[in-house]
Amino acid sequence: MKRDRTLLVLISALVVLLAIGPILPQWAVSFVSVVLYLGIVVLGMALLMRTGLVSFGQGLYYCLGAYAAGATPELIELVDGFARGLSQPHWAPVRLVLNAFTGALKLVQTPFGPSDLLTMVMAGALLAVVVAAVLGLLLARYRGIFFAMLSLAFSMILYGLLVRTSELGSTDGFGLSVKSFAGIALSTHWARDAIYAFSAVTAFACAIALHRYLNSYRGRLASAIRDNELRVEYMGASVRSLIHLNYVISAALAGIGGALMAATIGHVDPETTANWTTSGDFVFITILSGTGNVAAPFLGAGIFEAVRTFALEYVPNTWQMTLGITMLLVIMFLPDGLWSMFVRRRRSA
Amino acid sequence: MTAVLEARDLNKSFGAVTAAAQINVQIEQDSVVGLIGSNGAGKTTFINLVTGYLTPTSGRVLYLGREITGLNPRRITQLGICRSFQIPQLFNSLSVSENLAVGVGIAARSTRRDASDGGQPAQVEQLIERFNLRGYAGQLAGQLPEGVRKLLDIAMAVAGRPKVLLLDEPTSGVSAEEKFRLMDMVMGALTAEGVTVLFVEHDMEIVGRYTHRVLAFYEGRIIADGDPATVLNDGEVRRYVIGMQNQHKEAAGAAH
Amino acid sequence: MFVIAVGLTLIYGVMKILNVAHGSMYALGAYTASTFAGYWLAHGHAPYASYAVLVAAAVLVGLVAGPVIERGLLRFMYGRDEVVLVLITYAVFLILEDVTKLVFGVDPILVAEPYGMLGNFQIGDLVYPVYSLVLVVVAVLAGVALALALNHTRQGKILRAVIHDREMSMALGINVSRVYFVTFTIGAMLAALGGALTAPTTSVQLGIGAEVIVLAFAIVVIGGLGSLSGAALGALIVGLVRSAAVHYRPEVELFSVYMVMALVLIVRPKGLFAAAEARKI
Repeated sequence: MKRDRTLLVLISALVVLLAIGPILPQWAVSFVSVVLYLGIVVLGMALLMRTGLVSFGQGLYYCLGAYAAGATPELIELVDGFARGLSQPHWAPVRLVLNAFTGALKLVQTPFGPSDLLTMVMAGALLAVVVAAVLGLLLARYRGIFFAMLSLAFSMILYGLLVRTSELGSTDGFGLSVKSFAGIALSTHWARDAIYAFSAVTAFACAIALHRYLNSYRGRLASAIRDNELRVEYMGASVRSLIHLNYVISAALAGIGGALMAATIGHVDPETTANWTTSGDFVFITILSGTGNVAAPFLGAGIFEAVRTFALEYVPNTWQMTLGITMLLVIMFLPDGLWSMFVRRRRSA
Repeated sequence: MTAVLEARDLNKSFGAVTAAAQINVQIEQDSVVGLIGSNGAGKTTFINLVTGYLTPTSGRVLYLGREITGLNPRRITQLGICRSFQIPQLFNSLSVSENLAVGVGIAARSTRRDASDGGQPAQVEQLIERFNLRGYAGQLAGQLPEGVRKLLDIAMAVAGRPKVLLLDEPTSGVSAEEKFRLMDMVMGALTAEGVTVLFVEHDMEIVGRYTHRVLAFYEGRIIADGDPATVLNDGEVRRYVIGMQNQHKEAAGAAH
Repeated sequence: MFVIAVGLTLIYGVMKILNVAHGSMYALGAYTASTFAGYWLAHGHAPYASYAVLVAAAVLVGLVAGPVIERGLLRFMYGRDEVVLVLITYAVFLILEDVTKLVFGVDPILVAEPYGMLGNFQIGDLVYPVYSLVLVVVAVLAGVALALALNHTRQGKILRAVIHDREMSMALGINVSRVYFVTFTIGAMLAALGGALTAPTTSVQLGIGAEVIVLAFAIVVIGGLGSLSGAALGALIVGLVRSAAVHYRPEVELFSVYMVMALVLIVRPKGLFAAAEARKI
């Protein structure tokens, strides 16, 4: 019933987006693309929130995804160089892992080359997943404000690292362009449309996948963990491993979003990705959307982007204030996010 | 008969406070044991020690002859010891059915015991029927009346298909008329399956009616251990446990 | 930085709110102080009194902004989750960023006289501005004053009771809501003071609030949320780490602080001097 409705909504949305794509004006195409990749990142945040955690550092994976999209060759260089620097024998296992990692990256690149849209997204996801798998081991032990702070710390560490890495452009970042998709060469004009279409399909795929996941045993377990961790442990399930898993999934989503962002905007830099203000934006959109449904993050992202664009356009000196006020209003009056306007929670008989 | 659960020289102190002192007890398979004692006597501590929530200062806990001292609650539950709580621990934002589904789902995945009878949804239905929760199945756990929350809490523990079930004050907060019904329901659901039950109880009528054996606690020690009739008539028990019980009952009676 | 961190940790300790808007207080303090001091000096008044002007400006900002935010907004939100409260302060921060922009304009302000006036002094090879020394002294004095106030005055003890256990304090009849009000205002004043005193050393411009707040968070987390001595230690550590980084390997300056923060969170999540927490059974 409700489940089929979501599926229906998502499918129709995809069909509509693809159908009207060719006739949309330029600004609308950009707008939709932005909303799509933001929404994907927020899908991940919503999953974490469902599990009871708020991450103030999703920017980390968003950034990794973006940089992977644009700089996979340089990244491989850097990591290989670092691994070579660890020449002593006791570093061998670490070297092995690093080499395996760059090997995987190279593998992802080979079919279509680094400027291919498909490669970009896969590289972004891969990088995010690897880092999250490692960091998650640690982060899954924390909750509440400590989880938030630690995730923030990690994203700021990346920020600091990138700002000082001239090979990756420091504060200026670098530009990139999509030259092909799955091997099919694209001119600049077609590239834009390809990105739009691919973003729509990817967003759809991610949303459906997450929808399935949330309605599965693990999805319910996530809510259970949020409600009462003690009971979950007392029934024999490992809270930490599910949190770790969900963390990695949300990181993958952020990485995909970041890669799409890089492709859409054509430019990446530390400030708009790894800095805490970006993570703050994601938190804001997540609160705005609520965790009720997988379509909500896209709605929330749409409104956020709309407000931001309008504010920048009409009240350029007070756009932050507008955002802040909107956020306050949502927190005060719609604590479950926008979606609660559409759904009435079950009340007791 | 080998003991299904055994505590040997179990001790637990928190600084200067001794919560458990030299507890030695062997619980036989399929028995129903009542744990009585005034508040703070050590009953809940005993349950916490057995289920791994607390680590003993010294002593051992054995389950089916196997050492489980110091294991965490998750492991111990997986091995087949489940518990319910004095204050119901539920998933408040999920419905009753969903709560049970989570319980059944975890049990199916984490324990290696037979999860037959038609799969998980069937088990959930079975639990709902057994515990009379049909009328509340779709309601959010956070909005249930207190007695029903208690029922659900116990049902969740049973969902784990335990060999040993520890119930912490299953009838507290339940009205006097409902107590017997609840216990009948719970015991009926369990004895069919061959489960060993230990429950903490303050109501001596319940203890007398449902248990084969009673352990009386006082200041962390077991001061009496035997069949209900004997223990409930024991002088020390009367003084330290029931005596105080009567005081409470009188006070409660006067308050009505 | 210590002064700012102390305010932040105080607010967290008492109200369990990680106040992002603290950074805005700092900025407002800096802007207001610079503006006032600028006028003062431009009108040819006694230059040494400009210090008093700086401090007065800070106090003013704290007394105005603190109550407005606390009474007008936060008061209604206390029951909510910790993280939600942080988001609320983040929203306030965003709003104040623009308010600052509107009130003070987009150009940076530089009123350096109070800084330069005191000249420099030398320790061996190193030349230090006297003003920095003054800042250190002020920080120490503030810390000592706070410690004394908390430990020896009745109000201070009440504050510590609330930090320890809010519900119990309410049960004992302490007017927690008033305590919150006072705490937030003091915290705001401290942040503004930090801003006001730092203003002469640098050009006051947009974005200083954002820069400062993350650093302040790091300090507070390192020292332990809610602990005053922790804030002191944290500020010291952060200061040392930054100087060391700048000195030996400038590239890592920015992220060295966060490395330390991450390390502390990993090893001792409650910080180095965590406020004692009663075990909730």
